[in-house]
Amino acid sequence: MSQSRRQFIKTNAIAATAAAAGISLPGLTAAKAKDEDDIRWDKAPCRFCGTGCSVLVGAKDGKVVATQGDPDAPVNRGLNCIKGYFLSKIMYGADRLTQPLMRKKNSEYAKDGDFEPVSWDEAFDLMAEKWKAAIAKDLQDNKGKPPEEITSRVGMFGSGQWTVFEGYAASKLFKAGFRSNNLDPNARHCMASAVGAFIRAFGADEPMGCYDDLEHADAFVLWGANMAENHPVLWSRLTDTRLTKADCEVHVLSTFEHRSFELADHGVIFKPQTDLAILNYIANYIVQKDAINWDFVKQHVNFTKTPTDIGYGLRPEHPLEKAAKNAGKGNLEGIDFEAYKKALAPYTAEYVSELSGVSVESLEKLAKLYADPKKKIVSYWTMGFNQHVRGVWVNGLMYNVHLLTGKISEPGNGPFSLTGQPSACGTAREVGTFAHRLPADLVVKKKDHRDFTEKVWQLPEGALSGKVGYHAVLQSRMLKDGKLNCYWVTTNNNMQAGPNINEEMYPGWRNPDNFIVVSEAYPTVSAMAADLILPVAMWTEKEGAFGNAERRTQFWRQQVKAPGESRSDLWQFVEFSKRFKTEEVWPEELLAKKPEYRGKTLFDVLYANGAVNKYPKQTVTDSRGNEYGNDEMDHFGFYLQKGLYEEYRVFGKDGPKKGHDLAEFDAYHKTRGLRWPVVNGKETLWRYREGYDPFVPEGAGVAFYGRPDNRANIIFAPYEPPAEAPDEEFDLWLTTGRILEHWHTGSMTRRVPELYRAAPDALVYMHPKDAKKRGLRRGDEAKLISRRGEITCRVETKGRNKMPEGMAFIAFFDAGRLVNKLVLDATDPLSKETDFKKVAVKILPV
Amino acid sequence: MEKSHRTASKPNGVDRGRRGFLVTALRSAVGAGLAATLLAVHQRRADALPAAAIRPPGANSDDNIFQSACIRCGLCVRDCPYDTLKLARLDDPVATGTPYFEAREIPCEMCDDIPCLKACPTGALDPALKEIENARMGLAVLIDQEACIAFQGLRCEVCFNVCPVRGEAITLDMRHNPRSGRHALFIPVVHSNACTGCGKCEQACILDQAAIKVMPLKLAKGALGEHYRLGWEQKARSGESLVTPDTPHQYNLPPGASYDHAGEGLIPAPGGRAAAPFSSNPLDTLNRKGGL
Repeated sequence: MSQSRRQFIKTNAIAATAAAAGISLPGLTAAKAKDEDDIRWDKAPCRFCGTGCSVLVGAKDGKVVATQGDPDAPVNRGLNCIKGYFLSKIMYGADRLTQPLMRKKNSEYAKDGDFEPVSWDEAFDLMAEKWKAAIAKDLQDNKGKPPEEITSRVGMFGSGQWTVFEGYAASKLFKAGFRSNNLDPNARHCMASAVGAFIRAFGADEPMGCYDDLEHADAFVLWGANMAENHPVLWSRLTDTRLTKADCEVHVLSTFEHRSFELADHGVIFKPQTDLAILNYIANYIVQKDAINWDFVKQHVNFTKTPTDIGYGLRPEHPLEKAAKNAGKGNLEGIDFEAYKKALAPYTAEYVSELSGVSVESLEKLAKLYADPKKKIVSYWTMGFNQHVRGVWVNGLMYNVHLLTGKISEPGNGPFSLTGQPSACGTAREVGTFAHRLPADLVVKKKDHRDFTEKVWQLPEGALSGKVGYHAVLQSRMLKDGKLNCYWVTTNNNMQAGPNINEEMYPGWRNPDNFIVVSEAYPTVSAMAADLILPVAMWTEKEGAFGNAERRTQFWRQQVKAPGESRSDLWQFVEFSKRFKTEEVWPEELLAKKPEYRGKTLFDVLYANGAVNKYPKQTVTDSRGNEYGNDEMDHFGFYLQKGLYEEYRVFGKDGPKKGHDLAEFDAYHKTRGLRWPVVNGKETLWRYREGYDPFVPEGAGVAFYGRPDNRANIIFAPYEPPAEAPDEEFDLWLTTGRILEHWHTGSMTRRVPELYRAAPDALVYMHPKDAKKRGLRRGDEAKLISRRGEITCRVETKGRNKMPEGMAFIAFFDAGRLVNKLVLDATDPLSKETDFKKVAVKILPV
Repeated sequence: MEKSHRTASKPNGVDRGRRGFLVTALRSAVGAGLAATLLAVHQRRADALPAAAIRPPGANSDDNIFQSACIRCGLCVRDCPYDTLKLARLDDPVATGTPYFEAREIPCEMCDDIPCLKACPTGALDPALKEIENARMGLAVLIDQEACIAFQGLRCEVCFNVCPVRGEAITLDMRHNPRSGRHALFIPVVHSNACTGCGKCEQACILDQAAIKVMPLKLAKGALGEHYRLGWEQKARSGESLVTPDTPHQYNLPPGASYDHAGEGLIPAPGGRAAAPFSSNPLDTLNRKGGL
């Protein structure tokens, strides 16, 4: 049966190849460069999730008038989801922001004023004034301090939706220019736990496998991922394998029944937080049945354990933090196999069944699947694992299972964390726009990593701060406490997406000591809470590059101009750098080490540094002879994106951490992306496996070369309870998430009339009995109240999510009901990622 | 042809009675002088309920029967909390004064307590309808499979997601996508045994023109010939075969091979050669004819 399926696919592949071959003939393509409607078509990755579907963008008369799924793209082969279908409309919402807006009273900036249009000069003048005042205080505070103690009052909250170039430019501006590590991306809310666990287990970030696993696995297990809605095109690949491959199985675990259960052969509902125990049970089963792949484990694995009772990442004075013995601790301790076995022993089927509410039979079914040496398994997860007060632990426990069985780093076998943003990997993680990171897996804490970075960036020694900056949640707290005073939020909508809006975030933004800048395309709630709004170019209004979840870097050219005075984030960062002289931001002892930088601007030092401005102004063309604009090149006079990229590429090529090699700039404009490491023009599909990964030495078989001993860490971690749980008063769990029709905070998709009509408002999904008990019927308006705030929305007892009793769900796309007023800012103490999944609420009739 | 069909299927008495009623109603509504001119227009419209006009829950699926029972009082329209229902005006293509809705504009929200039906003083909206899920206002039809992007493999499924009887009235049929070779199609399928005709799917369809439309049952529903039954469905309904199943079959097969009568058919010996030169059933060896 599988034979015939393969045959079938092969036939199709041949047909597809033939078609692709035809189109790539230069003679034919020239004729096809424009279609019958005189539309110019060019490729770009989709603006939405981390899947990285490629689309063809149709431009005519300076507007994107149409898109189509790219039939030659390996990820999606011409398909899109419903959001991708409407890509051409996201830039043309009626309320697009087109000029800088400043809060003013009597023609003067005033924190309590109303927004008025201003020029870019006026906007940047005020910003520079505020920044310089804050940095003057920094210079005072940091006087005589070594790099490891440098702090700053300026910060930026960036994005996994930034282009690679934007992330890199921002990182240089803040980390080098302003000497501030208070730069964090919204990927902190999304991927940080996966990052932490990848680093702890493998010494290198990002998945080892790729999307080809979707066709090679015999079984798929979803752990806290609703792929059916949130990775729609990948889900259709997974579904196809389930439909066409003999004996393929799909197992779905979640705290409620969502759309991915529609395909599940085995659906498992567990009580929140008990995934920790379920994974330990599976490991225990494998150990007890001696289903361990000893060849693999002996050669490639270390056994370790992590400190326990580590708190919940709340403010230090919070009772939960005071009670924690090892708040925030994560240093691993080596143990032997016997100690590991002993640690697992309490996680019996009976105990875990009692704790999790999952039947013994169901638990055994899962354990047997992982233990079966003949079954190739991919485990997928997204926010269920990552937005978790023990997110790093639970990610690690997943790796433990794959490492014990050796089911990793080969076709059809491996753990795979899916990303929610188009460049969470490519920008936030690979460029390292986190408070603790530098490009290509380097970190600010390590002096040799800073040294290398300072060399590439041509900075005086000691320019970079070695102190980890404020992460996302800490930024909110520091704003509120008045320790972070200038804050630039770009390409994200944190006032809707971040936790505990009422208690922590909003008070910080509106704190009179602070100046808040939001770069936005639309009047989001974040823009509403700002002091200065800068209008941005979106998606194909600029040249860009994204990196998707399978390490695929995809480039695109600028297709159209942004409306009005909107400018790309890249333009904004680089242009703003011109307003600072080195003397205004760096202390004398630093300048003394590079006297040639005296009197120079940050623009001169960071961007016109001989490397970034290396590529002269030129016309951007494609292979068919079409010409494209590049507004940044026109403005700055050099090929800014190419210069930034080629400088950035040095980190992967020559940096201290191997295996991050990227191809040269031009190669990406000729492909639908390449999966890194790219060595000698060859992509890497499966990392750490000999034959697939050029960094694994011959004869090694497998080498986890991110770690000095080439061995991955199995890390024991126990079950520990969540930060809050329902009690008598707040008697329901509330979990938050996403839906197929809208992307994240809906700032783009809710401006597409068709999508708004298809899914207008967020609904609270409840079990019918829970609704009835509270005097609520389907469609009734209800009040959702947590210890931190309340919102109202309509009750849904049917529809796409079937809730177990005691559990409610609401999506966060709806700006009309800010779900995150309810959510506690408890984080994983290691990854600092908020747990948006476990909130105690009460729900009442309005 | 349509005309003759309609006439043939319609009880004449009802028809005449309705027309008589209409004349009376109209006389009281408009000036007598106008009545004669308008009557012709009115009769034409009353005869042909347009496909987009859907009647409230509980209305008879035969529109003539409904029209004869409806006294055009407008109470159902008044009590509709979502402004879904409207009263046909003189210039509407629906019998003047009768209630209807257009799903693409405002669909029926399927109120649990069915206020429109409760308001009906005549039973034109049948009071026997107690559960809104049993309403059959019309039937959703995925009428344009060329335009529907689900048929191309795009992940839309908006109609499925908004369906109040999701999973019953609309299900997704997952199929292999032979064009891409590695993705699945998620095809929405409407089931008339559960579709209420509320029109949420038509309203939400993201296309410029909805590919799924609610139509009056009479227009939407096909019917299998009375001379034929779907065997597997009837078997499922009765819980067993209508005719006694076969006694077990036996086959001449090479060693190691087997035959699954109702399932896979021939199951050849694994690897082309049996693992051992014996049948798994010792009796096959023991009872082999032809001596040792």
